[in-house]
Amino acid sequence: MKNLLGVEELTREEMERILERAQSFAEVGRRDIKKVPTLRGRTIVNLFYEASTRTLSSFELAAKRLSADVVSVKSAGSSVDKGESLKDTVATLSAYDPAAIVIRSPHAGAAGLVARWTEASVINAGDGKHEHPTQALLDVFTLRQRLESLAGTNIWIVGDVLHSRVARSCLLAFQKMGAKVTLCGPPTLIPRGIEALGCDVAYDLDRLGEADVVYALRMQLERMSESFVPSLREYASRYQIDSRRLGPRQLLMHPGPVNRGVELSPEVIDSPQSLMTAQVESGLVVRMAILYELLAGTDRARPERGPAPAGTPTIGQPA
Amino acid sequence: MNVSANGSDGGAEAPKLVSRPAPGANLIVKGVRVLDPRTGIDAVRDLVVRDGEIAEISEPGGAPEIERAEVVDGDGLLALPAFVDPHVHFRVPGQEHKEDLETGTRAAAAGGYCAVIAMANTAPPIDSAAVLGSVRDRAEREASIPVGFVANVTRGMAGQELTEMAELAEAGAIGFSDDGLPIANARVLRRALQYQRLAGGVIALHEEDPDLSARGVMHEGEVSAALGMAGVPAVSESTTIARNCSLALYEGARIHVQHLSARASVEEIARAKAAGVQVTCEASPHHLALTDEAVRSLDARFKMNPPLRTEDDRQALIEGLRDGTIDCVATDHAPHASEEKEVPFEEAAMGVTGLETAFAALYTDLVLPGVLPLELLIERMTSGGEPFGIEAPRLETGALANLALIDPELTWTVGEEGYESRSYNSCFGGRELTGRVLMTVAAGRVAFRQRSFALGVAS
Repeated sequence: MKNLLGVEELTREEMERILERAQSFAEVGRRDIKKVPTLRGRTIVNLFYEASTRTLSSFELAAKRLSADVVSVKSAGSSVDKGESLKDTVATLSAYDPAAIVIRSPHAGAAGLVARWTEASVINAGDGKHEHPTQALLDVFTLRQRLESLAGTNIWIVGDVLHSRVARSCLLAFQKMGAKVTLCGPPTLIPRGIEALGCDVAYDLDRLGEADVVYALRMQLERMSESFVPSLREYASRYQIDSRRLGPRQLLMHPGPVNRGVELSPEVIDSPQSLMTAQVESGLVVRMAILYELLAGTDRARPERGPAPAGTPTIGQPA
Repeated sequence: MNVSANGSDGGAEAPKLVSRPAPGANLIVKGVRVLDPRTGIDAVRDLVVRDGEIAEISEPGGAPEIERAEVVDGDGLLALPAFVDPHVHFRVPGQEHKEDLETGTRAAAAGGYCAVIAMANTAPPIDSAAVLGSVRDRAEREASIPVGFVANVTRGMAGQELTEMAELAEAGAIGFSDDGLPIANARVLRRALQYQRLAGGVIALHEEDPDLSARGVMHEGEVSAALGMAGVPAVSESTTIARNCSLALYEGARIHVQHLSARASVEEIARAKAAGVQVTCEASPHHLALTDEAVRSLDARFKMNPPLRTEDDRQALIEGLRDGTIDCVATDHAPHASEEKEVPFEEAAMGVTGLETAFAALYTDLVLPGVLPLELLIERMTSGGEPFGIEAPRLETGALANLALIDPELTWTVGEEGYESRSYNSCFGGRELTGRVLMTVAAGRVAFRQRSFALGVAS
């Protein structure tokens, strides 16, 4: 594996390998000295075009635990602010010969483009509303800590599916691990044609009792002004997961950050069924495992700069 | 009005098509399969062009000698009436880094076209006689094939106030269009349709409801759902077509609906035609050959407006082309610079080039598999001027020579040898296509020769 661009491209075997590796890092994490020397001398660039707290900090910490050197570039205050194109930014950062570029972008397909433009491994930390594969892997890891296997599990993903890359990646990942997934939310926030991915769709929580796992999505407040839902009040009354709706044997997940009192009621956030803290913990070890999987043992020295490979466009000669 | 340039229609008005003057061709194509569904010819003939006119279409071996004529061995080749494209973007004035009249007409000629109609969404847009005059002047210096220019329907393409349509028509506008943008305001469009009684000229419409399209970047459906990208629903196009056909019927006006992409749109047009609306319409090679499945690659070369839609929509377009609901093929040739396409899909500019690949793509994808007969494709690719009053070219003695010489068996990889267009955002780039234009004669002048195509010149 060279890149992690999306769950769609991952095989079950590749997922299992990452999850196993994460398990062994979880054990390292219980030691006093949590650092391993695996990626000493390698450089990892985090290129973030969107605000992020948990994904960015988790990637930074994961790289440091593996002894890599880390640089994080955020769009605000960088050359990106000055209008530099993604392609030029990637060329600039690639000049540092990084082992990996971790990219978050507001646009679908950005990670795939970066992979075409750099020799470094590329990890998609979220591209538009498309995919967020590291989140999906950490969610599978978290569930496996509790459930052993996801085969035959009923998972409901509830909320703003239309604008959620987490929903898409989790749907694919849960299905690959054998779970049955239902997407639930207001009809205005369920994308037309999503059933083609092999999931069920529900517009109310009447059958939520079937779920073994309830995965609530963040309800972005700006969706109100675009009239996707009439009001937060109506949304909460129909779709909020609260102690009345969440059964005692159901597990609760959320990718964070939570709008307390909107998609989740305060009491379920702090309930024993909530896996939200475990998800953050998993995030660290899963991202370590991903970096390890892509980078360890592939100590690629920068190739000598020879003649350009055949087919490379040169000036005046369109590709 | 024939496909000719520089005032040959003889009226008091400015000629609608303009190009660079060039001497008339003297050409003998020997033993070529001459195929023109309009004149009914399909036979191996010697085709003689003298001073730009088709002088003779004679039995093989019967061609007279002409001094200094180019003699071409037509064995295994097709001589077709050259194509007419009612919808190209040549980016002049203002965006010459994408295309200009010289590169644009060269690309058109390389695709077998003898005339094209250029859209007016330039920078500044062609919304005044002054701007129209300047692009026509440039065409007289730079265009290797005749070009017609539409002018805008509304000032600045803002969709609010009408342009001086009567003056623009006198100054040579071949029709009117705000293509690139819909005329969202029904009252404004209605005024334009009324004003057509004075100004004349068909009004070509880019049909889209901006509120329904919203921020969509691709077809709304299973693929957009899987990719998490905002979709443009097919009803954005079809409901607008329905509205505008009703307006055209009410005002007795003539409209041309551009780049149909959806089954529902074909159905609206069929209904409108049956109801007596004076409407013509076009479909583009990319909509006839590709579907939104191509967008799974997230490659911005597959981004255009209207978007690639589903296989069902594609089949409806093919059926519409076959039964005549769709009158003609239009490339919507929309060149863009690489920096506007080498970005994430959602950020990329809308549009693909198409002039150089139109025939080969449709010949490969529709004719060779037996979906459409070649004769039908020729008819639909040559009739694009008719909605704008330009007759389709004909291969017959005495006609101005407008012909494309094609090797129907030559297989080539799109883009391998570069493009004649200044831009290379082709959605067929890298694909192997069959059928290649070797030579194009437009308005009596040799406008294009495939570089590898060896020609003999008689002494």
